[in-house]
Amino acid sequence: MKVSVTVNGNAVAAEVADRTLLVHFLRDVAGLTATNVGCDTSSCGACTVLLDGQSVKSCTVLAAQADGRSVMTVEGLSSDSADGMHPMQRAFRAEHALQCGFCTPGMVMAAVSLLAENPDPTEEQVRSGLEGNLCRCTGYHNIVRAILAAARGGAE
Amino acid sequence: MIPAPFSYQRAWSVDEALDLAARYGEEARFLAGGHSLLPLMKLRLAVPEVLVDIGRVDELCYLHDRGSEIVIGALTSHHDLAHASMLDRELPLLAHAAGQVGDPQVRHRGTIGGSLAHGDPAADLPAVVMALDATLVARGPAGSREIGAGEFFRDLFETALEPGELLTEIRIRKPESAGWSFQKFTNRAIDWAIVGVAVQGGRVALVNMGTRPLRATGVERALAGGAGPRDAAAHAAEGTNAPDDLRGDRGYREHLAQVLVARALAEAGSRA
Repeated sequence: MKVSVTVNGNAVAAEVADRTLLVHFLRDVAGLTATNVGCDTSSCGACTVLLDGQSVKSCTVLAAQADGRSVMTVEGLSSDSADGMHPMQRAFRAEHALQCGFCTPGMVMAAVSLLAENPDPTEEQVRSGLEGNLCRCTGYHNIVRAILAAARGGAE
Repeated sequence: MIPAPFSYQRAWSVDEALDLAARYGEEARFLAGGHSLLPLMKLRLAVPEVLVDIGRVDELCYLHDRGSEIVIGALTSHHDLAHASMLDRELPLLAHAAGQVGDPQVRHRGTIGGSLAHGDPAADLPAVVMALDATLVARGPAGSREIGAGEFFRDLFETALEPGELLTEIRIRKPESAGWSFQKFTNRAIDWAIVGVAVQGGRVALVNMGTRPLRATGVERALAGGAGPRDAAAHAAEGTNAPDDLRGDRGYREHLAQVLVARALAEAGSRA
């Protein structure tokens, strides 16, 4: 079927098999490979992107379900600032919120979605807001710190 | 992992969804948020030939207070249920439990109707609607019918819905007894409950203690007879048929059910 998705503000359209998953549409059709396939069972959250502004696991969404909708991946977050980074990315760097980096694109998108819904979360709310994202390196502490810093504008 | 090939059909209305389901018969499955069905399809445990996507049937996205009852469109997401202040006020058990399903990403996509129609005994909301004694409304080629939550869940992934019937609405009478609790014990935060308990007043329902969600009738009888939380909870495993799996054997689950029912009854009592 023909699927048209606005990805990071750009129209991407292609004829794909009906069973194509959104994550494969993003990586193989749109050529945006920051979004990782981790567990592929909607557990780990490495494939998290925003669908119409809400975090979703793109390994468990059909491309057809995103047809006509808007998707943002971590590549779409870059800002006009001097370093080209979004405040959340800057907070992750400043707080050393990553080690191997595999979970990071999904973690950042989950964090952006979290702050969009709750701009001033408590530490507890940040921790429960990350239920859907696994990190095997950091023990989460620095990720939580980065998101709290981004919420306070501390990484600006 | 990708699902086996299927044909994707999109419905924009309930009528269109029913037409498509009638055309494709038993080969077709409805797709709502997809967060129960797509993982099974990726594992090839479900291999439908046709998916009828009802995710854009906006007429099934609503939440209304009708005075004596709350009515909920089947496609209302867990996220929207968890963040609706009216629901938090009138049916806090459902609002709270919806906020405990899966994780934020799952709650953005998953719907109450999808969760109920999937009929997974390890899912949270089937037990919650049993504790709330909800009425489920299904529409099919012959029109609408009402099904009590207690009759809806038949067996593992099996409900009272006939092929071609679509769950459209959940109706819940406002509880007379305010005390409620939802307890869920998981390995990781995102996991299905090893065991879960939903309590509303004197009704107690269990998650993952059989091939379908169960009312804890032994506990309910003991409560009705005046037993306290701890004594009533001792009956939690009666009439259950808990699974044995990697996350817990039957004996462990039976013990856990007693512990969680005791906690749930104590918490519900503190809110009554």
